[in-house]
Amino acid sequence: MNQRFSWFNATSLALGFAFLYIPILSLVIYSFNSSKLVTVWAGFSTKWYGALLNNEAFLDAAFMTLKIAFVSSTLATILGTMAAFVLVKGIAFPGRTLFSAMIYAPIVMPEVITGLSLLLLFIAIGADRGMTTIILAHATFSMCFVSVVVSSRLVSMDNSLEEAALDLGCTPLDAFRSVILPLIAPAVISGWLLAFTLSLDDLVIASFVSGPSSTTLPMKIFSQVRLGVSPEINALSTIMIAIVTVGVVVASLVSKRSVINQRKQEQLAAKSTIE
Amino acid sequence: MWLLALFLVPFLIVVKISLSDGAVSIPPYTPKFDLQAGIAGIKEFIAALDFENYVYLTEDNLYWKSYLSSLKIAFISTCLSLLIGFPIAYAMACSSESWRPTLLMLVILPFWTSFLIRVYSWVGILSNNGLLNQTLLNIGVINEPLVIMNTDIAVYIGIVYTYVPFMILPIYATLEKMDSSLLEAAKDLGCSNFKAFWLVTAPLSRPGVIAGCFLVFIPAVGEFVIPSLLGGSSTSMIGKVLYDEFFSNRDWPLASAVAVILLIILIVPIVLFQKQQQKLQQAAQ
Amino acid sequence: MPTTDSDEMNIANSHTFAPWDEASAVPLISFKNVVKKFGDFTAIDNVSLDIYEKEFYSLLGPSGCGKTTLMRMLAGFEKPTAGQILFDGQDISPLPPNKRPFNMMFQSYALFPHLSVVENIAFGLKRSNMPKAEINQRVDEMLTMVQLQQLAARKPAQLSGGQRQRVALARSLAKRPKLLLLDEPLGALDKKLRQETQFELMDIQEKLGTTFIIVTHDQEEAMTVSSRVAVMNHGRIQQVATPAEIYEFPNSRYVADFIGDINILEGHCQTGADNQLQIHWAEGITPINATTNTAMRDDSECYFAIRPEKISISTSPPADAENVIQGKVLDIAYLGNLSTYHVEVAPGCVIKAQAANQKRLSRRDISWEQTVWLSWTSTAGVVLTQ
Repeated sequence: MNQRFSWFNATSLALGFAFLYIPILSLVIYSFNSSKLVTVWAGFSTKWYGALLNNEAFLDAAFMTLKIAFVSSTLATILGTMAAFVLVKGIAFPGRTLFSAMIYAPIVMPEVITGLSLLLLFIAIGADRGMTTIILAHATFSMCFVSVVVSSRLVSMDNSLEEAALDLGCTPLDAFRSVILPLIAPAVISGWLLAFTLSLDDLVIASFVSGPSSTTLPMKIFSQVRLGVSPEINALSTIMIAIVTVGVVVASLVSKRSVINQRKQEQLAAKSTIE
Repeated sequence: MWLLALFLVPFLIVVKISLSDGAVSIPPYTPKFDLQAGIAGIKEFIAALDFENYVYLTEDNLYWKSYLSSLKIAFISTCLSLLIGFPIAYAMACSSESWRPTLLMLVILPFWTSFLIRVYSWVGILSNNGLLNQTLLNIGVINEPLVIMNTDIAVYIGIVYTYVPFMILPIYATLEKMDSSLLEAAKDLGCSNFKAFWLVTAPLSRPGVIAGCFLVFIPAVGEFVIPSLLGGSSTSMIGKVLYDEFFSNRDWPLASAVAVILLIILIVPIVLFQKQQQKLQQAAQ
Repeated sequence: MPTTDSDEMNIANSHTFAPWDEASAVPLISFKNVVKKFGDFTAIDNVSLDIYEKEFYSLLGPSGCGKTTLMRMLAGFEKPTAGQILFDGQDISPLPPNKRPFNMMFQSYALFPHLSVVENIAFGLKRSNMPKAEINQRVDEMLTMVQLQQLAARKPAQLSGGQRQRVALARSLAKRPKLLLLDEPLGALDKKLRQETQFELMDIQEKLGTTFIIVTHDQEEAMTVSSRVAVMNHGRIQQVATPAEIYEFPNSRYVADFIGDINILEGHCQTGADNQLQIHWAEGITPINATTNTAMRDDSECYFAIRPEKISISTSPPADAENVIQGKVLDIAYLGNLSTYHVEVAPGCVIKAQAANQKRLSRRDISWEQTVWLSWTSTAGVVLTQ
């Protein structure tokens, strides 16, 4: 759809983005406020960032969160890719419909339910609660997101590519490695990134399944924030926002470049047709 | 069949993990399993009491009220998200092709930043001496600070703010695919701008609107972080009740019972949502 | 008016290569009563056929007739529900695709988008134990064959449709397969390029001596390239014959109608001596004189099929023709080199006749509503029983 862009459209975009970004911006601005009172501007200062760096509890939690996110997203990517394969290739097995429903359910399920039931499960099998349980919980939960991302790529892939590989002498495993994997790699990577952010971000499930010794960064932030606004949290948030923004912008620039490359290739192809 | 050989192995691993690591009753997988998990969990802790918790739930007004108010808050927030999200999605779809990726990125960007931080950012804005009240006081619109923080209104704002991208994206996806010559055809056949929108654009964007509503409504019902940060003591949402029951009162069986009932309430919309997604997929094929 | 009233088949295409006529020849591929079912749907219904070495064999039919399924069973992507597929006398049904000495050129070309032209062509060779130097040499050879040396480093996305088609061909031939399967290989090309490429394909096939099996729904393509054509419908083989035989002597109304344009008249036959036959097909109209090699029962139901170009059209009654019918011109389709005349010979019965436009348009002597005479020899058409 490409219609005339009206004033109404411009206004709704402006208001919409203002709504989306003003809260975040205010957070960033007040993180440089020298006053302890968040609402009163008392001059520019970076002292809260200094305080944050000396807060070992925060640093420990951040490190732990990163570790959990890394392991769980990797696990989720492997499992999610497999699940996507089973679903897309349409292999019939008993309970297939149930399986596909199971893959999509956690995406919309309230986190409190997921968290609680996972906890009951871990208790039922007698697992020690701690980092491992958080990793497992995050992996199962974000695996569903990965499988959705990967299966959408698999669906759009030409089936005959795999057949061509087999026809040219590949074993099924070989065909997967040398043809399918390189082609779905972008989806697998973005699935991993999604799983990674989901894990970094998660508060509810982690609080359910964590043990006394393991506190993730969101849990730490939550316990602080419950008490009210704190400039240190503002500083921390700003750092996290900055990292994410840089990451997303870089990723989108890279993909934009690949789009431009693709256009160039198409032009080349068109030219060679004329020749 | 070689196909089977190739996929049987990974499938078996998946099943094994869902059965061992995830175990039989891994609840995120399916409502059915979850029920068993909840009940199994309850049975494990207080085998004798069994359904007493459920009876207790029905007798205590607090729980009824929180279920109802959760549904109400989720419903109102969904409507508000639709009101805010649709014009944005519409404007995005109308914008020039070169702008669209940037706009799309701007919508998705907040989604990548921490959910917790985004909710937290409203605390500073909405509190009695927060940014909003100060601005309004300074320009003289109001004489005394508005009490927004710790009310249902703050919860609405929080939910709409965090979930509006989920509303925008599916609507944008359907609008973008729409053929603009359809609108031209409608106008050619004598529709006014508004009529063309109402008779053509609106019905065609319905799948996106429905998907968006489900994506906002379902998680909003069980929302926990937003009511506990922005809502007051009067705001009782079931996610928060569950969490408090679990962590503050340490009444795990009761919490499980709350969860099971919440799940039963949500099964209907979840199943509807999946049915709709399947229908869309089939239509696409 | 070119008349082909040769009594015996004497057609340019039937040169010396005809292993299917030699009793001693051993087929390279044999389908023996092959059945393939997908659930309740029978895609291949008891098909038996032989394909000989160095043949260019076409599987021709409308979409859904089972031709692609037949080819996919050869490649190993589908397994027959019943029956056998023999290669050099061996049942190959249990072999997976990667163990068969066949290669396939896919309809979508299935070029690996992440690999360059060279890497695509070398893909299959790298899966065998061929030394590196030899691989490079073979790839060069293939690139020369399809004239793509300059584009060796490009990715598939940087190629035009015709170039992609060549890469796909080179890739599937690189391993020197015993049998090359081509699934609608020219379907994605425009008409002009398709015709050029057909001749290239024939050249390559002749040079390499590889057996080619091509699946196509384009009858012109099948006629041009093939040594033999198998016409398929509803999972069955209707007729297997050389293109000329298929065109001149279709064995059924389906084949006659599927290939080219044809008039089909329904009637009852009256047998005579020396394979002579009279077909009574409409009340009050002279019966058609025809010949047939099949034994016909007197007064049995039959169909007379005749190609429009085998019917002469004239403005005055021809002197000595075996079949003459008078009619009125309803429509003229001007095709440039030819014109097709729709002539109503009886109420509701239209026969098409085709004539070369030797004169300029303005001097043409046949026009609408004119009374004309159609004539043909007794051997110009075929008599069909089904």
